[in-house]
Amino acid sequence: MTEMVVEASMALALGAKLCRPKVIPMYPITPQTHIVERLADFINNGEMEAEMIHVESEHSALAAFIGSEAAGVRTYTATSSQGLALMYEILPIVSGNRMPGVMSVANRALSAPINIWNDHSDAVSARDQGWIQLFVESTQEAIDTTIQLYKICENHEVLLPGMVCIDGFTLSHVCERAIVPEQEAVDEFLPEYKPKIMLDPEKPVSIGPIAFPDSFMEFKKQQQEAMEKALPLIGKVHDEFAKKFGRSYGNGLLEQYRMDDAEYALIGMGTLTGTARVAVDEMRKEGKKVGLIKLKSLRPFPKEELIKATEKLQGLAVIDRHFSLGFEGPLYTDTRSALYGKGIRIKNFIAGLGGRDIDIKRLKKALNDTINGKEGGWLL
Amino acid sequence: MKFNLGAVIHEPGSTKKNKTGGWRAMRPVLDKEKCIKCGTCWVYCPDNAVKKNEKGEFEIDYDYCKGCGICANECPVKAIKMELEKK
Repeated sequence: MTEMVVEASMALALGAKLCRPKVIPMYPITPQTHIVERLADFINNGEMEAEMIHVESEHSALAAFIGSEAAGVRTYTATSSQGLALMYEILPIVSGNRMPGVMSVANRALSAPINIWNDHSDAVSARDQGWIQLFVESTQEAIDTTIQLYKICENHEVLLPGMVCIDGFTLSHVCERAIVPEQEAVDEFLPEYKPKIMLDPEKPVSIGPIAFPDSFMEFKKQQQEAMEKALPLIGKVHDEFAKKFGRSYGNGLLEQYRMDDAEYALIGMGTLTGTARVAVDEMRKEGKKVGLIKLKSLRPFPKEELIKATEKLQGLAVIDRHFSLGFEGPLYTDTRSALYGKGIRIKNFIAGLGGRDIDIKRLKKALNDTINGKEGGWLL
Repeated sequence: MKFNLGAVIHEPGSTKKNKTGGWRAMRPVLDKEKCIKCGTCWVYCPDNAVKKNEKGEFEIDYDYCKGCGICANECPVKAIKMELEKK
């Protein structure tokens, strides 16, 4: 293993390289570009054997992703914001075709007004399209999750695509200490991809046909069943990784911080949870029994794990880095639905849209407002 | 019905199993007395749903006829009538 101080984008590229994808269709977009630039360097320098396809748009990138998956090889791509939005048409085709590739999403706000900074509106808007979505907090977690996600997605009981979501700039452009695992160890953990669905002249098949009203629902139900199988597998693969590499992130689905005797807690995704740990520490010093739940897996949503993690709580402050215009924060909707009837006071706070800072002060306000029975709101 | 993973089709020609005649609202009915066996309906049918039998007569394959009515429109002796499909 190599320990280094590395930009998260570079770390993700190293993580992707370790997974040995054979095809990388790519189209650059801020703040994702550094990831595929580094991968292009690796291929150019002969450090990595992969075909990089320079396509003319993100829509084409994901279309080429399908072609590569249909050829039966491990595939990787990365995007952000409008890039993911342009891929939208293809997102449910990848998942409906049951193609288990991995994409990194450097989360960025959606225009307009144009904004290149971080929030979760790109990935969260795409959450219903059949991709496993894991949000990470650190550079190290980004590497480790990429390796784990291929193993989860490629499991023949699952066969779904997955996104590793990293906060744009807030994580993608930050340099942190990280351990890059040895290739040999990753090869042992993640063996060569064995496709279940692929185009093979020896055994011809048709991929992507029409399904009439008499069969379409059954195929959608199969995808949901695969998501249900993915849920425990995310935990299992996480534990297996932890055993082999010595690093863990809660139970792989969510992580709890100072929750043992907590009466109130924050829940959020991505880098804001790093700041939230400090906010929790400060409030603990003030004598307040508070904790943090870092939600890692947005889809599949770990409902039972969340119920268990919150069973002793009186109140929960949900920090959404996205807003469903016309209603409320989507993480709030999911959290409240999962905890329906549990008697916990749940409040919604909208924060960090378009790169607005989520600082300790704002997170403490969210917790204090929840403790004091005030309503949630926008942490401007 | 079998639901292959990812809706993948493993056998060639399986589209034949999809009896698109079920979509039909109007049913072409051929009057063999009037028919002059010119084959115009056979030429024009966009779904190859007009078949020629051993006797040289034309017949409509209701498994695949979608009831578009082109045959009735093109028939030079008006031997095909479109009737409301009743099931």
